[in-house]
Amino acid sequence: MDEEKKETIVSVKVLGSGCSHCHKLYENAQKAVKNAGLSCPVDYVTDMEKVIGYGVTSTPAFMIDDKIVSMGKVLTVKEIGKLLVG
Amino acid sequence: MSGVSVFIQKQILGMDWLRVLVGSLLEKAGLDLNGKMGGTIQFFLYDVLKITILLCLLIFLVSYIQSFFPPERSKRIMGKFHGIGANIIGALLGTVTPFCSCSSIPLFMGFTSAGLPLGVTFSFLISSPMVDLGSLVLLMSIFGWKVAVVYVLVGLVIAVTGGTIIEHLKMDDQVEEFIRNAHAVSLDEKAMSVKERVGYAREQVASTFKKVFPYILIGVGIGAVIHNWIPERWIVAVLGEKNPLGVILATILGIPMYADIFGTIPVAEALLMKGAELGTVLSFMMAVTTLSLPSIIMLRKAVKPKLLGTFVLVCTLGIIIVGYLFNAFQFLFI
Repeated sequence: MDEEKKETIVSVKVLGSGCSHCHKLYENAQKAVKNAGLSCPVDYVTDMEKVIGYGVTSTPAFMIDDKIVSMGKVLTVKEIGKLLVG
Repeated sequence: MSGVSVFIQKQILGMDWLRVLVGSLLEKAGLDLNGKMGGTIQFFLYDVLKITILLCLLIFLVSYIQSFFPPERSKRIMGKFHGIGANIIGALLGTVTPFCSCSSIPLFMGFTSAGLPLGVTFSFLISSPMVDLGSLVLLMSIFGWKVAVVYVLVGLVIAVTGGTIIEHLKMDDQVEEFIRNAHAVSLDEKAMSVKERVGYAREQVASTFKKVFPYILIGVGIGAVIHNWIPERWIVAVLGEKNPLGVILATILGIPMYADIFGTIPVAEALLMKGAELGTVLSFMMAVTTLSLPSIIMLRKAVKPKLLGTFVLVCTLGIIIVGYLFNAFQFLFI
């Protein structure tokens, strides 16, 4: 019997420059990931070359599984929660 | 009619009633307002309260307006214009597009990869910190509406001129490779509902307040010291009309300093009341907000030294010229 493979998120990234807004998003992301019961790490990328390399045009940015889902917004824990499920 | 405009200037924008209220409360508590200590405390409390109230109201209104201009949309609008028109639109949008200064590099990349000319991006980047919608009303309450309007217009002129000069110097190769090589990702924009906009505006008030309040306290503190403790003749000697180098001095002093514009206004107000010239004071404010060590360090990551130096030079010269012009025409405003 095949077990239904559950799609789980592999990586979550917060992209920023280290300012207080970016840090707030990082904190919110950590809380949301914990609330969702996920075990993936939350990466905090502050190296500008890497951030630009992802194609981000406004920080702080939020990525799920290396896909940019939000830019230029400090998402709330609730909003991140929705993105993690949806 | 002039009675009404004086009322608006003095009571609504200047909140003179607040100064009187604070004064009478302190008097009831036994403080002598004519003494140096009493006068300082009254000024300090009144100014902090006034700026805080104005700050909260302004940031809310301005953020609501700014929610209509996310960087993506501004970029699209700017792309539709050419030549100096694009610089003008860039400068105008720089004032209404909200972005954290830490986001200036990604923003730079987004504009560059969208094909916007370098000069247009710089018009945007120059006007953004210098001409702040929220501070416009605050400027009006301190300096009067004539000064505020001219300050904004002049700031836009510096932004457009600076951007155009940079464009003509053809320094596109001075932008760092990793920015020129990057490919911007664009997300689908969802229009915000009124509720979302109000929520966003409220968040901005809270976060801006927390960030800016220390600068207000420091600014008002310095202003109160100047107001009550520094002799007028010192200010006049250095920043008044007898010193032809006042503008240059004020600009150079302001460049390495960083403070939020809300913090510079009480200092500027106190200096002006003590005999500093209008242009000198405004140059100081423009230098502090537009050019600061932190923002220059940030920009250095995006552009090479030659372009960075040009940017600093263009802004500095623009601010100095504006300062002298304001001093020359001071009689028109005060």
